[in-house]
Amino acid sequence: MNKVWMTGLALAMLWTGPVLAQRTDIVVGLVLEPPHLDPTAGAAAAIDEVVYANVFEGLTRFGPDGAILPALAESWDISEDALTYTFHLNEDVVFHDGTPMTADDVVFSFERAMADDSVNAQKVLFDAIATVEAPDDLTAVVTLEHPNGNLLFNLAWGDAVIVSPSSADANTSNPVGTGPFRFARWTQGDSVVIERNGDYWGEPARLERATFRFIDDPTAAFAAMMAEDVDTFPIFPAPEMLPILDADPRFVAVVGSTEGETLLAMNNRRAPLDNILVREAIAHAIDRQAIIDGAMFGYGTPIGTHFAPHHPAYVDLTDLSAYDPERSRELLEEAGVGPIRLSLALPPPPTYARRGGEIIAAQLRAVGIETDIVNMEWAQWLEQVFSGADFDLTVISHTEPLDIEIYGRDDYYFGYGAPSFKAIMEELNLTTDPERRTELLQAAQRDIAENYVNAYLFQMAKTAIQHVDLEGLWVNAPTQATDLTAVYWR
Amino acid sequence: MRSVGLNLVIGAGITAFFVVLATVSMVWTPYDITVLSVADRLQPPSGAHWLGTDHFGRDIVSMLMVGAQTSIAVALIAVGVGVLVGVPLGLFAAATHGSLLDEIVMRGNDVVFAFPALVIAILITAIFGPGAVNAIIAIGIFNIPVFARIARGSALPVWTREFIMAARLSGKGAAHISLEHVLPNIANTLIVQATIQFSLGILAEAGLAYVGLGAQPPIPSWGRMLAEAQTMIALAPHVAIVPGLTIVLMVLGLNLFGDGLRDLLDPRLRERSR
Repeated sequence: MNKVWMTGLALAMLWTGPVLAQRTDIVVGLVLEPPHLDPTAGAAAAIDEVVYANVFEGLTRFGPDGAILPALAESWDISEDALTYTFHLNEDVVFHDGTPMTADDVVFSFERAMADDSVNAQKVLFDAIATVEAPDDLTAVVTLEHPNGNLLFNLAWGDAVIVSPSSADANTSNPVGTGPFRFARWTQGDSVVIERNGDYWGEPARLERATFRFIDDPTAAFAAMMAEDVDTFPIFPAPEMLPILDADPRFVAVVGSTEGETLLAMNNRRAPLDNILVREAIAHAIDRQAIIDGAMFGYGTPIGTHFAPHHPAYVDLTDLSAYDPERSRELLEEAGVGPIRLSLALPPPPTYARRGGEIIAAQLRAVGIETDIVNMEWAQWLEQVFSGADFDLTVISHTEPLDIEIYGRDDYYFGYGAPSFKAIMEELNLTTDPERRTELLQAAQRDIAENYVNAYLFQMAKTAIQHVDLEGLWVNAPTQATDLTAVYWR
Repeated sequence: MRSVGLNLVIGAGITAFFVVLATVSMVWTPYDITVLSVADRLQPPSGAHWLGTDHFGRDIVSMLMVGAQTSIAVALIAVGVGVLVGVPLGLFAAATHGSLLDEIVMRGNDVVFAFPALVIAILITAIFGPGAVNAIIAIGIFNIPVFARIARGSALPVWTREFIMAARLSGKGAAHISLEHVLPNIANTLIVQATIQFSLGILAEAGLAYVGLGAQPPIPSWGRMLAEAQTMIALAPHVAIVPGLTIVLMVLGLNLFGDGLRDLLDPRLRERSR
């Protein structure tokens, strides 16, 4: 009798189980662990992937489609001469430590980012700003030196979030922002936990807790998904495993776009790569589709310039560097540089960098260019290639949105900075007319494609895997972020 | 006695098979592995590709053949380093048995020996960078104390034998005696040990390559083939199973060969089986 009753109870529990178990937590798998948690003090995408929109907010923000939306500023007025931006801030915004967020914090945040001793990784975002003032608590006025059509876009970056003077210095280990989640704890080498901010000024998050787990090994990532230890990987580290996970009824693969232009970057300062004929020869030696298929298992869109194909101003210039080994050999002959042997530095990602690099090496060998593959850890790559510009070739994905301006920087690692390009960028900075801006962006794309600065490979796809019952995750990645504000379990 | 011979024959057969494959691959492979053909990737075994193709569309038979070259070369040179450095050290320690020099040599060996072999190898390649040469040095270094100990241990009893006394009385120096009388007497033991170390060397090379510290692409290596296949097991199981089994087979062959050799060469075992 007792047994029957127990069975009945067990059945009843099974029946009601799923209803009771409406989940309010999420475990997000990320490949890289952030070096620290202050988005205003580091270039690592992993920082923004944890804190952007969740913990920290700026005056404006990126929407899931890349549109610039109001955030801490509910609205703004732009003066006739486009030099003065007046931001009207939301009321009752409070930092997680209880201090109210006012226009003074905006002034503090921007001046801190612009200061000479600032460690902001994207100081260029604030280039045009002359002064920032706070006439009252809810109004921040940004005055520009010259018009900048990108200002609202720039202020949406994770590097331009608003921080409090009382907590800014400790944000690296204990981030204090205004977002819908507050930082709970960081177990180094394992995970970061954030919890819902009950005092959030806007629409509160539907999740109570989110855990970011850092798993860089693709097989471990696969196992974690299968065991349901992780609910989603916004970017699953091994595209070849995506169809297998997708075939599992518990999960669904969601493929979207990212801002990641993947390049075979060339050191334009160093012989023989300072010769445009050699660079053009390399560009023609590359079969993009073979790299997309062989390294990314078909995920990715070929690009012919440093620009995202889903951007309205994109020009398809892939024909300029179409796969043509014959032409490549002719160009090498014309350049008269003799046998070429180059080093090829490959950062850790096993897919685009290591596999892609091996395919590129074989393609270059086919036209008579020998390469020595040097596999590097991130620290070494950042120091030697990115900071030290001590390299011939490297394969890398540039994940920042709309970052073509890097080609105008003199000290940038691939070393272009041609006057023709700088002139375009200068005019772009002063232009607010959308049509003219599009023209200029297209001119910039053509300039770097025609000068074969780098060999442009493909736009990285966002290959997400997620639990079927999860809603509200971003499909595309217009910026480096894992925005959980609208995520919920069905 | 029959089983002893069988081990030796099977072991020698497997080892010879791989050595022949590696040698042939220097002049000919079924397909050119430097040419990638992504369109043909991950094909299952077929008439055209006996063991299928890998994720770049390369023929796996050809990859294994060239990979055998890498494995054998690295392991062979590493064992060579161990023998050439370790054996003289061991002989020297035995000749000066009980002296301070003996202590220094053997305690130095203990230090190296105390570290797990693969950890030393990873340490060395991590410091000097990955690559076949550094893998050889790394594996070679942990072979040194192995051979030093074996040489010393087997040489010590030889030094107490009558013919050594005779040689000493006739005025021969320690170095002379070590080379002329001791070494030939311990050669069998060293050969057996070298075979076993050779199989460990193959494993160590595969292990280093697996963690990315062995021979670098485009030089094929069994361990790296295995590592790269890891994420593709569900798509094309053969890309992982084939190199895995190859490593097992090669190591098994060498171990059988070593066992067989020991049964054949070790005087004590020989006497017992009689």
